[in-house]
Amino acid sequence: MSEPNESVVREVTICNKEGLHTRPVMKFVDLAQTFESDVSVRSLESTEIVNGKSAMELMLLCATFGTVLEVTATGVDAARAVEALTALVVDEFSLDLPNT
Amino acid sequence: MQILTGKAVSPGIAIAEAVVLDAEELRIPRRMVTKDEIPDEITELDHAFATSIEEIATQRADVKLQLGHDVADVFNWHIGVLKDPMLRKDIVSLMEERNYSAAYAVSTVMRGLQRRFMQMKDPLLAERMRDVQDIERRLLRNVLGKSAEDISHLSQEAILVTHDLTTSQTARLSSTKIIGVALDVGGATSHTAILLRSWGKPAVLGLKNLSSHVSGGDTVIVDGLNHMVVADPDEATLEDYRSKRASFVKLIDALDELRDLPAVTTEGVRIELLGNIEYPAEAAASMEKGADGIGLYRTEFLFLGDEDPDEEEQFEAYCKTIAGANGNQVTVRTFDLGADKITQNKHFEPERNPMLGNRSIRYSLQHLEMFKVQLRAILRAARTGNVRVMFPLLTTLMELRQAKMTLFDAMEDLEETGVRFGRDLDIGMMMETPAAASQCREFVREVKFVSIGTNDLIQYLLATDRGNERVSRYYTASHPAVLRTIRDVIRTCAKAGVDCSLCGEMAGEPIYAMLLIGLGLRKLSMAPNNIPEIKKLIRACSLKKAERVAKRALTFETDAQVTNYLRAETKKLLPDDPI
Repeated sequence: MSEPNESVVREVTICNKEGLHTRPVMKFVDLAQTFESDVSVRSLESTEIVNGKSAMELMLLCATFGTVLEVTATGVDAARAVEALTALVVDEFSLDLPNT
Repeated sequence: MQILTGKAVSPGIAIAEAVVLDAEELRIPRRMVTKDEIPDEITELDHAFATSIEEIATQRADVKLQLGHDVADVFNWHIGVLKDPMLRKDIVSLMEERNYSAAYAVSTVMRGLQRRFMQMKDPLLAERMRDVQDIERRLLRNVLGKSAEDISHLSQEAILVTHDLTTSQTARLSSTKIIGVALDVGGATSHTAILLRSWGKPAVLGLKNLSSHVSGGDTVIVDGLNHMVVADPDEATLEDYRSKRASFVKLIDALDELRDLPAVTTEGVRIELLGNIEYPAEAAASMEKGADGIGLYRTEFLFLGDEDPDEEEQFEAYCKTIAGANGNQVTVRTFDLGADKITQNKHFEPERNPMLGNRSIRYSLQHLEMFKVQLRAILRAARTGNVRVMFPLLTTLMELRQAKMTLFDAMEDLEETGVRFGRDLDIGMMMETPAAASQCREFVREVKFVSIGTNDLIQYLLATDRGNERVSRYYTASHPAVLRTIRDVIRTCAKAGVDCSLCGEMAGEPIYAMLLIGLGLRKLSMAPNNIPEIKKLIRACSLKKAERVAKRALTFETDAQVTNYLRAETKKLLPDDPI
């Protein structure tokens, strides 16, 4: 069994034009909630750390195009969570795909 | 049952269930609950969350069909927010730690979030403030059930209970089912009071912390005759007030029958009763009440809208007022802007002491372009009727001369551009500062008429802010200094042959009617709703008697003696009236 509470941190830059807006926020939250780990997000422009599973807090990050985010996951599936969430950001939140 | 005393600013009795508004006009019935109620409140909160999510899901499906994904995405986020455990946690902890009701906790948390969005630099993100507002309203509606509806859609008559009302908030009450108003703050002659009186909605202000005691749906009695509010009355009190209300209504109906009779003393001396108005539509309403004209048209109310009125807009408003007066004289007062909340918030950096600041004629003379626009509009409208113009709050002769010069400039402008206007309008002034009153002799040489504005005159003579409930007891028209000042102004005007009228709230208060006529006034301008009662008084009184009363009133040393004496004399004249 690997470390139960390992923390994984990775930086990622918002690269979609509209930034962390309603649709990206919900994609992020929906994905984050599929993991058991706690997910927190910090914008490097501020010191505030928000819950990556909170639709309201992520919106309050005010992460526009070009903002660098630090995504941290803590828990059993931390590595997978960070991998998937940063990929989502890099992938511009797969915005061409319709919402469920 | 709880009885609170305040200051009645609009007479009458209103009995209905309370509607409690918070500062942003959302109805929050109760702010605090007891510890035992918290679990139930949390259950209701969770229920409201669930219902709100269901509602949005339904709406999202509809919207997706009609408008496509983009709009539906916003609803996704709404649902995301409502499912957000952090949001619920914040709300619940306010309830558990501070005994907030579910509604108040929701409102507090959501208002905090709205403020944060408002401060965002990215405009697209700042727009989310509206969404947060939307979510808040939806949650509140579901927490509160039916009681959260907007007051403009009340299904039954109600009493509005709140901390304070701005003038523009008050302005919107005219078309609602709000029949009475009870406020925590407020002295007697703010614009709020003036509006409420003119609509005949009973109101008591200065009730300290009433709004935190009363919950939405509680029965409340507003007793605008005795300066009282009764919350949650017992059956006997309620019964008592129902019959009091009935006799008051009967009295008002009887007064309306006086409408077509002239205001004459028993000897046949004619007294002109005029209306004080804020809105063009009130001109016709004043005539309905039996007014002989409009003695004070407060034009600054044009500024209540979101945008400042241009010349055309003003011209139209003035014409409408003049038409409403139906051939009777209309005295237009130029803008009295500056000291009220509207302009302090909107136009200026707040002044430390606005009542002694850049207000009224001073403001107009410092904003000559705006002033000229108004004067042009007045001049153009003056062609359509019998119009006079007067300047407010003069303290020096130079101001009067400058104001007149600006008026003549405006005439020249119009002449040059070939626009037709009414050239022969009389120019007058408000006598409402101690400085002008003591220099009355000089002023009357340069005006055609004088209107004594007692609201400001009293405030400046007695050094009392009329809107400050902590000192409102010092604010009284009965102060001997006020009486003597009024007497002297009337005398000076009479000697100079200058038309003199009085247009403060004092003119509409029954106990002062005999005094004012006895002092020599033949023109009184008041809230239209006061006209019938003052007329009834005048018709019951002889000029001789009034003169005796005035003479006696001026011999007293204190305002209390004056008030008691005048009240007793008025009561003798009309024993059946609830004065």
